[in-house]
Amino acid sequence: MKERTYEKYFRQNRLPHIWCPGCGNGIAMKAIVLAVEKQKLPRDKTIIVSGIGCSSRASGYMDFDTLHTAHGRAIPFATGIKLANPELNVIVITGDGDCTAIGGNHFIHGARRNIDLTVVLFNNTIYGMTGGQASPMTPLHKKATTAPYGSVDRPFDACKLAQAAGASYVARSTAFHVQHLTSMIAEGIACKGFSFIEALVQCPTAYGRKNKMPDPSEMMKWMRDNAVMKAAWDKLPEDKRTDKFPIGVFHEQQTVEYTKAYREVIELAQGGRK
Amino acid sequence: MKQLRLSGSGGQGVITAAIIFAEAAMSEGRQVVQSQSYGPEARGGASKAEVIIDDKPIYHPKIIKPDIVLSLTQKAADKYYKDLDEKTGLLVVDEDLVPDIPDFPNVIKVPVTRIASEQVGKMLFTNIVALGVLVKLSKLISFASAEASVKKRVPPHTIEQNIKALKLGYDAV
Amino acid sequence: MNNMKLMQGNEACAAGAIAAGVRFFGGYPITPSTEIAETMAKVLPSVDGCFVQMEDEIGGMGVVLGASLAGKKVLTATSGPGFSLKQELIGYAACAEIPVVIVNVQRVGPSTGQPTSPAQGDVMQARWGTHGDHPMIALSPWTVRETFDATVMAVNYAERFRTPVILLMDEIVGHLRENIELPKSDELNIYPRRRPSKTRAQGYEPYAPEKDLVPNPADFGTGYHIHVTGLVHDYTGFPSGSPAVTEEFIDRLHKKIAIAQDEITHYDEFFMDDAEYAVLSYGGVARTAYEAVRQAREKGIKVGMIRLMTIWPFADKVIRRNAEKLKGILVPELNYGQLKYEVERAAAGKCPVKLLAKYNTEIFTPSEILKAIENLEGGRIL
Repeated sequence: MKERTYEKYFRQNRLPHIWCPGCGNGIAMKAIVLAVEKQKLPRDKTIIVSGIGCSSRASGYMDFDTLHTAHGRAIPFATGIKLANPELNVIVITGDGDCTAIGGNHFIHGARRNIDLTVVLFNNTIYGMTGGQASPMTPLHKKATTAPYGSVDRPFDACKLAQAAGASYVARSTAFHVQHLTSMIAEGIACKGFSFIEALVQCPTAYGRKNKMPDPSEMMKWMRDNAVMKAAWDKLPEDKRTDKFPIGVFHEQQTVEYTKAYREVIELAQGGRK
Repeated sequence: MKQLRLSGSGGQGVITAAIIFAEAAMSEGRQVVQSQSYGPEARGGASKAEVIIDDKPIYHPKIIKPDIVLSLTQKAADKYYKDLDEKTGLLVVDEDLVPDIPDFPNVIKVPVTRIASEQVGKMLFTNIVALGVLVKLSKLISFASAEASVKKRVPPHTIEQNIKALKLGYDAV
Repeated sequence: MNNMKLMQGNEACAAGAIAAGVRFFGGYPITPSTEIAETMAKVLPSVDGCFVQMEDEIGGMGVVLGASLAGKKVLTATSGPGFSLKQELIGYAACAEIPVVIVNVQRVGPSTGQPTSPAQGDVMQARWGTHGDHPMIALSPWTVRETFDATVMAVNYAERFRTPVILLMDEIVGHLRENIELPKSDELNIYPRRRPSKTRAQGYEPYAPEKDLVPNPADFGTGYHIHVTGLVHDYTGFPSGSPAVTEEFIDRLHKKIAIAQDEITHYDEFFMDDAEYAVLSYGGVARTAYEAVRQAREKGIKVGMIRLMTIWPFADKVIRRNAEKLKGILVPELNYGQLKYEVERAAAGKCPVKLLAKYNTEIFTPSEILKAIENLEGGRIL
């Protein structure tokens, strides 16, 4: 059996976690520490910042300096940490409601600034912690406690949003594709700019049960059967795309990173002395 | 205590002129407070800037009874001259921009905007021409202090024109 | 007089922040506080600091809290509508005990109100603006020079008590220019960032209180692997649902300020030795009140003045001590009546307290306050 070297990244005394049986958040959290290990990030110089919601409880289980902020505000806090001390590696864990609803403005402006954060969105398409209310990423016509007749609100594609707003790296994977998800996050960490990785995770309790998919393994099979690698997706005819979704790297274009840009401001202010 | 009010419309530079006046008085060892009031917009609207000069600490920060009111627009003149003292107060108006002189016994008309545009070259210098006028009329600060204060506050490449404006204003009354 | 400068209240605030060691400002521009952000944008990079303009007021608050956790002394500035938006994370800072100074240059409200006009309508919001129970420190300067001093003090208190501190300015002082002389840096006492007193091996707990009831959570990136949360937490910093932990936590937040209250209560008394009446005032209004009291004295009225710089925690003892010997207290405020009720509570029936309220965008004139003083003496206070 392969040694579970990643276990050192967890606060063993804080486990077991509070997530429901069958939840995908643990898989995404593990993918993050695997990516941290892969990129050999120094643990004392790596900060995990999260918002509020199921996803955001992950920070408490991870043995780094960790910050569990307020609902939607992880990115501004993370921006402050990175600007105050650019040598720190800052990873943000957020959820679909946290990131794209209450934190939507911070999300697009973090991407616009292109500050070197790695933002991992655990997308369970629902507000899980509070019992299953609709989020801006709940698929059309799916049910939630606040959308008892099915949601008529068009969902965000958070990846397109991040790209349009100026992120340097944008990717998507799922809790089923663990290795793939890990490498997407690892690449995001390596990118010196705003990196955004959407990790589709199953929520059997708050989402699945309301939408005829209460079995977590069924939800993961749905991911397996409907996720299409980016290269294949690009060749897929429009009529074959129904119900399917692309995963992989959607965008990678390193532009000026914000803390670097601010170094230039400092040099200008100091008359080019540095 | 001496109290000066400079009024006009946003963008005419009355606040800058008030700051320069206050700074010059400060350089002569006086106590000064300078305040302003204006509408929410950065340009247009009636705005006023006030300077109070004294030899003792100044507490209440606004003018109670102005000694001089300068108005660069009709609207400002109509709005801000009323608390001037009928006997000792002095109203200074822009000759061209305040055609309807308020009914007040002691008014001095100076074509400050015209001096700025025709003799200095730009309307932009109106506030410094007006400052020169006030330096002369108020007798509160020396021309040299005003000159030093102007040099400190304006962009370096505009010093020459600003000093010219100050002098023209000073000599216009 | 060589160091004499003509300086605006907002500029003095920025200068005080820099002098106190603030090296990070995040915020959102809003009248009438904008000059603070503008000054910080210019000065901070020249002292190896950082200025960032955020997407909104909440972001401005979040970014400074992040920077504070990463070891910087931080300050943000706002006004009315922005102060409302910032409340969420002011509460976070109180709960997670993150040093931060929030400057509120008060303008007329509610809502957008009168953006360029002075008011003192946020006095109670400064105390009670966030949800839940926690104490607040709020300081309200009355001169440009004191704005500098109060900012230094606010930064020191934020660091010392690890708490949000409100610098409760108003448009009067914020936009006023006065000739002032700033202290030299070696004349200032600067409270340094607190550091852990134990190592992890020695059983360090980031939220275990020290003798002064303030904990020393380590700055991020210094190897302590601490957890910071806005949930109620125990000494380890991790969430706890325990009633006992919650009660102790809320108690400690209050007590860490309460035990230092006398030391952080700053006020002036003028003409109080033989005073039968007093005007209690704060912020820019105190300047007019002083002038009115001086004029009343010239008329032979035995009136004095109490000027509060520390608004919160409220100077109960000062009021009580004076109320015992006074026939009445007049409280002029640029609002519909806010601090007056605190004065009344603290006076505890020992003397009547009368409000002089103004809320029409204009500041008081000395004669308005003088007239109210004369009415006090006329026995019409009740």
